[in-house]
Amino acid sequence: MLIGHQPKDFLLAVSGLTVSFDGFKAVNDLSFYVEENEIRVIIGPNGAGKTTVLDLICGKTKATSGSIQFRGKELTKMRENEIVQTGVGRKFQTPSVFEDLTVFENLEISFPRGRTVFGSLTFQRDQPVTDRVEEVAEMIFLKDKLNTYADELSHGQKQWLEIGMLLIQDPDLLMLDEPVAGMSVSERAKTAELLNRIIKNRSVLVIEHDMKFVEDIAHKVTVLHQGQILSEGTMEKVKNDPKVVEVYLGH
Amino acid sequence: MIITSRFFNRSELMGFIALAAVLFVILPLTLDVFRLNLVAKYLTYAFVALGLVLCWGYGGILSLGQGVFFGLGGYCMAMFLKLEASSVENTKIQSTPGIPDFMDWNQITSLPLFWQPFHSLAFTILAIILVPGLFALIIGTAMFKRRVGGTYFAIITQAVAAILTILIVGQQGYTGGINGMTDLRTLKGWDIRPDHAKIVLYFVEVVLLFACIGIAQFIRLTKLGRILVAMREQEDRVRFSGYSVANFKIFAFCMAAVFAAIGGATFALNVGFMSPSFVGIVPSIEMVIYTAVGGRMSIFGAIWGAILVNFAKTSLSESFPQLWLFGLGALFIAVVLAFPNGLSGLWADYVQPRIDRLFASRKAKPGWNDNSVADGAPAE
Repeated sequence: MLIGHQPKDFLLAVSGLTVSFDGFKAVNDLSFYVEENEIRVIIGPNGAGKTTVLDLICGKTKATSGSIQFRGKELTKMRENEIVQTGVGRKFQTPSVFEDLTVFENLEISFPRGRTVFGSLTFQRDQPVTDRVEEVAEMIFLKDKLNTYADELSHGQKQWLEIGMLLIQDPDLLMLDEPVAGMSVSERAKTAELLNRIIKNRSVLVIEHDMKFVEDIAHKVTVLHQGQILSEGTMEKVKNDPKVVEVYLGH
Repeated sequence: MIITSRFFNRSELMGFIALAAVLFVILPLTLDVFRLNLVAKYLTYAFVALGLVLCWGYGGILSLGQGVFFGLGGYCMAMFLKLEASSVENTKIQSTPGIPDFMDWNQITSLPLFWQPFHSLAFTILAIILVPGLFALIIGTAMFKRRVGGTYFAIITQAVAAILTILIVGQQGYTGGINGMTDLRTLKGWDIRPDHAKIVLYFVEVVLLFACIGIAQFIRLTKLGRILVAMREQEDRVRFSGYSVANFKIFAFCMAAVFAAIGGATFALNVGFMSPSFVGIVPSIEMVIYTAVGGRMSIFGAIWGAILVNFAKTSLSESFPQLWLFGLGALFIAVVLAFPNGLSGLWADYVQPRIDRLFASRKAKPGWNDNSVADGAPAE
């Protein structure tokens, strides 16, 4: 385990991270490092603690011990909205969009301006906002649906909308929890294309079960099992690791 | 295509005109002063309902303790009026002249310190806004920063309402106890009891109500209004879009408190007394019922709810005093189960489409695209 001095170019440094729920260690002394512009995929069987890791990084769950450094800032001591403001974006497993608002309004809320109470009272829908919303809407294939209420979108479109809401935040680290789950084959291909476009100039942390999809996008793969790292490396290396085959890929 | 942000869309504008016509013209022309004063009493609850639309309908924060803020506003106003009514010459038969009568009855011989500033009308007006606002800020901060929400929050607000009632009743010498503050007479020397004063006070109240409607509508149309809706549905998504959810909840709760307090203050003025029976659990729940019946997602719906339910309460409780409370309970259950968006939801679903069709066929002008903007319409 790397402890102590880390090279400067890590965007995210997770070290010794542990969380226990009533004694059950969902994540146990976990350490891993994500570089700038790296696409890291986390795989592993159900209950391995994948989603919990994302929850810990974005502040949804508080760590029992360990540290998460993002650009040298300690995330475990920050509140969720502060973590977002330092540049970490999180997409949830089930599409969580605001169904009673239109696509435009959904994207506008994520625009990184006027995030205080007073700021949102005086927020103006000016040209930069409109331009950016339209630009992102085009990327997520929803340009002609700007005035549609989000509850009228299909499952795949909601997933895209949520990805769009993250894009508009322009995070340095984008965390996606099963972005293609429940999508049709054609939606899946479009999503892969979308992800390949948006991962430029940022690091991405993805949880995914779809191995074909993982192979397409991953720079490096981390395999989790019972809250600990089972294997880490390129897809090629991980695929041929006998431990991984036994607990996960073999099924 | 971007939605143009006008202050009112077409159906809201109709709602605004209808309410203004009824309150400013039709009721004052058709009702006698006694009935008009009853409407003034009903309208004090419309302020509370307006606050609940923002806080509960939009923000999803159910407060079962709005009576607390109604009461705080009302008591602030009543304290000023009571002090004016307790001048030395008015109270010279008391053992200590110049203090409110209930203090004298409770062997209090000098005006308590916290009553002193209520000699000033300017202070009183500030207190009507700030006392409930700060109290809501404290409760809101304590609850929402700790992520207490939903049912737990509702129960805690109930407890606060119960506590405040017990406090007011128990501290009879300082608050007037269970009888409240009665025999309020003048406002800066102007008698508030005769008929012409009641008419003036009615119009003052309606103007205040429309000012509050303006504020509520403004908030609704800003990004803050949309964040409230977003928060109600997907609190986590708002949090992970970089907003401090607690701060927005606190804001909505404080706004609702201030509106309720303005309602309470106009109650003291129009009805001429204030008592703990408007503070406790039952009145607080009734306030939620008005809002639910009128439509918690609609500013105008909630105001109509407050007027109509109170009107029904007055008429029915005269004829069936025992049955009325059961009727109110049944009404609430029926609204929640059958039409969650209340009267305004029914209006938007059944009446509005007919009116629109009538308009469309008469104008025969295809393509006006107001439907997508129509608000107050139920989401599902």
